[in-house]
Amino acid sequence: MATGGPRMIGNVITWLNDPSHWRGTGTTDGIVTQLERHISYVGIALLIAMLIAVPLGLLIGHTGRGGSAVSLANAIRSIPSIGLLILLVVIISPHFHGRTQAGFIIPTEIVLMLLAVPPILAGTYAGVENVDPAVRDAAYGMGMKGGQVLLKVELPNSLPLVISGVRSAALQLIATATIASFVPLGGLGRFIYDGLAQRDFPQMIGGGVLVALLALLVDLLLAAIQRILVSPGVSGRFSKRADRRRGAAGEADSRVAAVDEAGVTV
Amino acid sequence: MIRFDNVTKRYPDGTVAVDSLDLTAETGKITVFVGPSGCGKTTSLRMINRMIEPTQGSIWLDDRDTSTIATHELRRRIGYVIQHAGLFPHRTIVDNVATVPLLLGTDRKKARSDAMDLLERVGLDRGFAKRYPAQLSGGQQQRVGVARALAADPPVMLMDEPFSAVDPVVREQLQDEFLRLQDDLGKTIVFVTHDIDEAIKLGDRIAVLRVGGHLAQLATPADLLARPADAFVAGFVGRDRGYRALGFSEGHELPHHEEPTVRMGETAPAASEAAEWLLAVDGEAHPQGWINVEQTAGREVTEELLYRGGTLATQGGSLRAALDACLSSPSGRGVVVDENHRLLGSAQLDEVVQLIKSEPGPAGADGDTGTGTGTQGTSGATAAVLQKGPA
Amino acid sequence: MSGFANEVSSSPLSFWSYFMDHRSADLQLLWSHTWLSVVPVVLGLVIALPLGWLSNRFSWSYPPIMTVSGLLYTIPSIALFVLIPPLLHLDQLSELQVPIALTVYSVALLVRVVADGLGSVSEDTRQAATAIGFTPLARLLKVDLPIAVPVITAGLRVAVVSNVSIVAIAGTIGFQNLGNLFTTGYQLSSGTSPYYPPIVLGLVLCVILALALDALVILAGRGLTPWRRAARG
Repeated sequence: MATGGPRMIGNVITWLNDPSHWRGTGTTDGIVTQLERHISYVGIALLIAMLIAVPLGLLIGHTGRGGSAVSLANAIRSIPSIGLLILLVVIISPHFHGRTQAGFIIPTEIVLMLLAVPPILAGTYAGVENVDPAVRDAAYGMGMKGGQVLLKVELPNSLPLVISGVRSAALQLIATATIASFVPLGGLGRFIYDGLAQRDFPQMIGGGVLVALLALLVDLLLAAIQRILVSPGVSGRFSKRADRRRGAAGEADSRVAAVDEAGVTV
Repeated sequence: MIRFDNVTKRYPDGTVAVDSLDLTAETGKITVFVGPSGCGKTTSLRMINRMIEPTQGSIWLDDRDTSTIATHELRRRIGYVIQHAGLFPHRTIVDNVATVPLLLGTDRKKARSDAMDLLERVGLDRGFAKRYPAQLSGGQQQRVGVARALAADPPVMLMDEPFSAVDPVVREQLQDEFLRLQDDLGKTIVFVTHDIDEAIKLGDRIAVLRVGGHLAQLATPADLLARPADAFVAGFVGRDRGYRALGFSEGHELPHHEEPTVRMGETAPAASEAAEWLLAVDGEAHPQGWINVEQTAGREVTEELLYRGGTLATQGGSLRAALDACLSSPSGRGVVVDENHRLLGSAQLDEVVQLIKSEPGPAGADGDTGTGTGTQGTSGATAAVLQKGPA
Repeated sequence: MSGFANEVSSSPLSFWSYFMDHRSADLQLLWSHTWLSVVPVVLGLVIALPLGWLSNRFSWSYPPIMTVSGLLYTIPSIALFVLIPPLLHLDQLSELQVPIALTVYSVALLVRVVADGLGSVSEDTRQAATAIGFTPLARLLKVDLPIAVPVITAGLRVAVVSNVSIVAIAGTIGFQNLGNLFTTGYQLSSGTSPYYPPIVLGLVLCVILALALDALVILAGRGLTPWRRAARG
């Protein structure tokens, strides 16, 4: 009990405020470097997962076939990430003979990617499936081809759910990427595991704080991206003042035009 | 011209939605498909633009078999309006309207400026252009739906219950504007509704379908009212057919007599100097309503004193309006106005009845309406009229 | 522990003989893993029900409750594990920090689910129940909650399955559960000679546990909504 409480919070703040912890020392990497690594593990896995899950989800939603792929992806969620990571590490890393970190990075990326696919796939699929049937009917009725209906109508209207799937995946990846530090890789998990091993609890908690802050920032960033990409007609974020005030109307129009372009090219 | 040639739609589970349909929708006219739910009216409509493929038979657009045209090209040449408009939520109103021109490769600027013109044409302010569908009422959305279907100026329009999801007042407004628009455009239109009154109001010809996808009758509205082909059609067309049929008998010279009037704001005459009911008009001879002289003698004629229950008959308008003007007038004298709603005079009920009696053909109320079209239908019609009579 | 390596073959398929050799220790791990996966979700539901009801009943409370639970949900589980002790004046490696963190997590997830589930009850049904004469409490228990069961069940499935995975992570920072099997296997694997049995055993037991708990939630959900079974025919 002696180590808990306000004094510990003070110690954590002291740890986080120490510039040498940010820059690193000759022997240890600092917060900046570990943050970069953490972001790159997450970013790569998220990108690959999106490249797989978004087209797949669009296709399943559009054709109405392959719903079992969604169930399968959901079943993957029951595999514990840490167990899978360690299994893949002991399988793969011997082939690299410890010369590079690839033996650890590849398993980490596989685990993170498997974690990210289910929420993105489910979000995309649900997004397309939830498009008002009358809207889809009208799109075909006006002579759009299947691909045009998918890209010009179903995708822009399913964007909120697609992006919310990506947001949920990103949060899970940021949390789970910490376990990369268990198989000895970098990332913000490094401070948690090192702090634990050295009984340096301010460092351990400081690492936790950094992970939480990163998660919050990334979620805010993705929320902002969502705001830019999703048409106000879909999100319901109409500029009410634009109707009344002449000046604001012009601004709203240019934003609308930008959204329209994005809606077509995404 | 759209021609159904022995078209059948049978679903894999064996249900027959449309059964051997032979039918022609004439160029430049509104053909209405009407019937109870499950009669195959929407299926028939959707087979025209191949949203549904017929199981057998063929549908011809002028002299081309539609099955030989690529579906997306066929559909881009056919305007399509559906019940809940089906506007694209993510696009502004102007871009919704410009959809088909853009698909056809029209340049964006021209497509948008054409779309703006169309919005005005369907009665929407240009200010709506940059809004999104969710910001519009149901009636406004439906106007946009019509504009979107018209955008590429297709010769043919398919309309699937376009006005049935809006409230009755707006619906009537939309119907009137639709008819006005069609007078200008002269499109070949196939219109689906379950509402027989809408069918009669809008249709140049009406196809009544019965459950199982059989064509029960194809006729003009007046014919349909006067000569239902069988008991099903008679039942579906409903009550008051004889009376409603008078709505199609137009262009008569209504007899009218000079009617004493009082101007709004003047003093009502004493009871002894006038008949019981006196017609009030404004400064430009537009009838405003009736006043009861016994109750209003000597008082200034104001809005509160008016009895407004009476309807007006327009010279050259339908016999139904003339008859109604007489029946609804407290004085028993039907008010007749010219096209500018100026008072011409009043007509007596028996004069209008005389006019109806002299009317030959289907709309005539001389009891000879059912000749040669099946006794069942005629007796149904008579029964319906009689039922209404005493009430 | 390093002695284990000599007792059992290192082939992935010999996880069963590994299990039989360390049966009592492994069952202990399985038991604590189960406990850690289930209790926080149950506690989370107990806390989320009134909060979800509140945010559904009083619309002013919906935005703040959802914002706070959304924020809590963005905090990574491992961060929450290490943040709980200083915030609650606990020891750094307290037995309570994992269940507390998981409970917080479950509440954050389930509040929204409960609110959405209660929100899915149609206004017609509500008014009919009131008109029949249900008191507000009786209506909540006998009408609103039963109708919300399918939505809540779906949320519970996500909570319970993801908990099994998160608990295993807690195993890598010193807590006793199936996650220890992974650390054991990792420590016993050296350079070029992987030692699979505990890792595979851990994966198998975790997946079985997750699927079993998932099935239990589904069964409980069905038991509480017999009318849905009738509709399914």
